[in-house]
Amino acid sequence: MVSVTIAGLSVDLAGRSVLRNVGATLAAGEFVGIIGPNGAGKSTLVRAMLGLVPPRAGTVCIDGTDIARLPPRQIARALSYLPQGRVLHWPLSVERLVALGRLPHLAPLSRMTGADRLAIAEAMRRADVIDLAGRTATELSGGERARVMLARALAVGAGGLVVDEPLASLDPGHQIDVMELLSREAEAGALVVAVLHELTMAARYCRRLLLIADGALIADGPPAEVLTSERLAAVYGITALVETRGAAPLIVPTGRLGKQ
Amino acid sequence: MASRRNPALIPVLAGIVILAAAASLALGAVPLAPARVLAVLAGQGDSVARIIILELRLPRAVIGCAVGAMLGLSGAVLQGYLRNPLAEPAVLGASNAAALGAVAAIYFGLAQWHVIVLPVMAIAMGLAALALLFVLAGRSDSPLTLILAGIAISTLAGAGISLALNLSANPFAAMEIMTWLLGSIENRSAEHVWIALPCIAAGMALLLCDGHALDALSLGEDGARSLGFDLVRTRRRLLLGVAIGVGGAVAVSGAIGFIGLIVPHLLRPFTDRSPSAILVPSLLGGAALLTLADILVRLVPSASELRLGVVTAFLGVPVFLVHLLRERRLW
Repeated sequence: MVSVTIAGLSVDLAGRSVLRNVGATLAAGEFVGIIGPNGAGKSTLVRAMLGLVPPRAGTVCIDGTDIARLPPRQIARALSYLPQGRVLHWPLSVERLVALGRLPHLAPLSRMTGADRLAIAEAMRRADVIDLAGRTATELSGGERARVMLARALAVGAGGLVVDEPLASLDPGHQIDVMELLSREAEAGALVVAVLHELTMAARYCRRLLLIADGALIADGPPAEVLTSERLAAVYGITALVETRGAAPLIVPTGRLGKQ
Repeated sequence: MASRRNPALIPVLAGIVILAAAASLALGAVPLAPARVLAVLAGQGDSVARIIILELRLPRAVIGCAVGAMLGLSGAVLQGYLRNPLAEPAVLGASNAAALGAVAAIYFGLAQWHVIVLPVMAIAMGLAALALLFVLAGRSDSPLTLILAGIAISTLAGAGISLALNLSANPFAAMEIMTWLLGSIENRSAEHVWIALPCIAAGMALLLCDGHALDALSLGEDGARSLGFDLVRTRRRLLLGVAIGVGGAVAVSGAIGFIGLIVPHLLRPFTDRSPSAILVPSLLGGAALLTLADILVRLVPSASELRLGVVTAFLGVPVFLVHLLRERRLW
């Protein structure tokens, strides 16, 4: 199991300050949603967590060790990452694609062992893609492809799972499938971090939300505390109906506020 | 992770390479019976057969296999690395730069000093182009930057070759440059083998060790890096491998196009389509294809011997037509 500690993290991209002084401790078993407007720095935050962009200041520690001092393979085995867009450049079979998740465990030029095969089968079972094993991944529907990509991330067998916009372009049914899959991983003890735009989904499934706006961490806490009408107005520039009768708030955006 | 789709692929290709190499030893202006070829290879045989085989055909067969293997492998590696099925060794400028080195050796008359001068200048120019490629592409790891830098270098080297042809006062030198540029492996000696083989072996060693990183790149750069691959090092190894290996190949064979482009295309349908699965098959397939093309060159009756680069260029066309037809779903 894995915990991540982010302290005073600032990141510049192409000379522009994208993240400023972000700090949070993310523990094993948490399902953390990262929300915020487009361009707020959410993806940069998760990429910095994985060491894919160097910080200008501050640190990210995995289980207490600064990732700047960890070799990339070790980070890869601790945190698996599903980037935005479900990129796949070759028409691989589903099984072959899921097998890519085992690469952090393979020595150069070596082949997969029985343990790798087991991990692949297990990941395919958890993501419910066993039926798709022989299909060509580039020819799947959006919902199927999303699950297959998640299976690839699960096959790493990492203690942490970082997913960037896993719900993009999915219908509500497939959105629920993905969120339930991620919740089960968190319940099983994994740290799950998901960048999300679907606020109601985030509120319903995540136990904790980090709200990022303009490179800064604005709020960090349970969904009901983070998602208030005032914050939605200030951060997203929207008016919204926030219905808090149930356990999780329901958010229905109703209008755009004039830009301040 | 070898292809599970066709476990026989590598043995079959290896068999074809061996048969093609054997045919390359037996066939030519003077046909030799298999028994005489075997006798020479076993260290015996008559003196005529010995001279023909050991001094003419063996170097030619070895160079054919090695150059073809290098071109096939580097095409497969670059298609995987750049995630572009149209990539080939020429896109990084290595082939053209090495050709420019060779052309300069002919143009300035240096090639006459010793048989070794031309290949050495070709390899040196290939490495110079690599250095320039690193300067131009900088630290960016996008494939597009690399392709743009490669095309710039390739065009510059091509312009240099044209300039040499343009300024060549001596028509014989111009003719020699033209003929060399068409690509051929006839009349190659043991010296050529000894200069090409170490370069090609080093290039192959560098290219064969990054199969996993190429597979990971199927998921894009962030995907590959998040699986623990240091893409900066991968790129350094791959570019160095292509520059040394292709430089060494072009140095002894001239510019032979299309092998690196078509071989991975021909073989990809027999694999699971992951970039690592076509590396060894492309190496073997390149060796087989170039050796067979070289046999064809010898057997086709023509006034002056056909050039290898011309034959491979003609072979490239149908392969792309078939792909075009498949893409348009007419096949």
